[in-house]
Amino acid sequence: MTHASFRVHVDPDRCQGHNRCYSVSPDLFELDDLGMSSEVGAGMVPAGLVSQARLAVANCPEHAISLTEPPEINPEINTEVQP
Amino acid sequence: MTSRHPPVGDFATDFDHTDPAWVADPYPIWDDLRQRCPVAHSDRYGGTWLPVTHDLVSEVAYDHEHFTSRSVVVSARRPGPDDLPAPIGLSPPITSDPPFHSIVRRMLLPAFTPTPTAALEPFTRELCRELLRATEGRTTFDAALEYAQHIPVRVIVRYLGFRQEDADMFRSIIRLVLEEVDLPVEEREERFTEVDAFMDAQIEDHIAHPRDDLTSFLLEAEIDGHKLPVEQVRGTMVLLMIAGIDTTWSAIGASLWHLAQHPEDRRRLATEPGLMDTALEELLRAYAPVTMARLVATDFDFHGHPFKEGDWLLLPFPAANRDPAVFENPGQVRLDRARNRHAAFGLGRHRCLGSNLARMELRVALEEWLARYPDFELSDPNAVTWSAGQVRGPRTLPVAILRNGS
Repeated sequence: MTHASFRVHVDPDRCQGHNRCYSVSPDLFELDDLGMSSEVGAGMVPAGLVSQARLAVANCPEHAISLTEPPEINPEINTEVQP
Repeated sequence: MTSRHPPVGDFATDFDHTDPAWVADPYPIWDDLRQRCPVAHSDRYGGTWLPVTHDLVSEVAYDHEHFTSRSVVVSARRPGPDDLPAPIGLSPPITSDPPFHSIVRRMLLPAFTPTPTAALEPFTRELCRELLRATEGRTTFDAALEYAQHIPVRVIVRYLGFRQEDADMFRSIIRLVLEEVDLPVEEREERFTEVDAFMDAQIEDHIAHPRDDLTSFLLEAEIDGHKLPVEQVRGTMVLLMIAGIDTTWSAIGASLWHLAQHPEDRRRLATEPGLMDTALEELLRAYAPVTMARLVATDFDFHGHPFKEGDWLLLPFPAANRDPAVFENPGQVRLDRARNRHAAFGLGRHRCLGSNLARMELRVALEEWLARYPDFELSDPNAVTWSAGQVRGPRTLPVAILRNGS
């Protein structure tokens, strides 16, 4: 099955280093020396990790994480999942 | 602790966070205020505000223009304009405001990421086992006094590089500093002097004999090429000591208090070890120990309330965590609550520096406890007592062991 990829992004201005996303999904997020999080690589979410990405969004106390859904899956509406 | 203040009539207009009703069970009080206010006021402590919704608590936490962190513990002593060195405060960075706050915080953050925290895990695990071994063969004992309280104090003592023998001494000092907020001003200041003297001795010893610990890390740290002034090192050490002890002790104790009364949750944790991380967050949400405070920095209107410069404001993250607008059935502990943006470690730039350390200690403390004592209950529910003040946790927690682990 081929499909466009979900992308996850950490807003560095909002991240305060709670590390909840990293705890939920160490494959999707990495921490810098100060413990601040960012998405791994370009934030592409492998198909098997979409639920982890959603959990990361839903557990960030600072609303710092957004998950962009691929347009193929949900073409009708604005695809930005607000944190 | 018995409150030294007159009893509270209406919490909406006369609340006191040391009142016995608040200490025993603050949740119904906050639920009621959330419906009625949701910003309560009290003339006590020289004038104090209390927002109780998640929305308002977040708003204050993110607002560094109208609120200052120069003092974060509400007490009878309301600081005057020259009492606290702005923007640093007495215990940076918790008492600092931007932009100075960020500078000190960046310096400290590397010492509290998951990696150095994980390095303390073997020590913590062995400590928990040792404490549990000491309870061997007894059917009832106090889980707060004989277990929970020793864990964070001895971990932070080790990380700061003090002698383990000092743990008992400064635990008692800290309890007085944090809980006895309605003591006469002179007596409180005497306590602080005691803490400062202890810290100075530690600093001198570390200057003479540098080693690989947090105290030497602070003494070596530089901001813009300059070492930190000794009083700032001392203030930060006091902060790390105080912030690291009562809080985590409370979280461990409250979690055990919950598990003692919920056999189904104990069973789930025993049979679904993968649930532990989610369960920890839920226990932290439901029993968040820490209420912070701010001082109002300038006269302004806060949602129709006339806030005045110098007013206290209690910032009850535990109340935010029980707001039904954000959490479904907030009063119910669901160990598998998957969506949980709780604010137990605060929100915004003052997010608890030690949150990774606290989580590690809580997880190890519960894992080791449950391995040893998979079944236990409160031996005398009426004998459980809770701390008064801005850190909430059980201070007496008599449990009866029903079954030993293998």
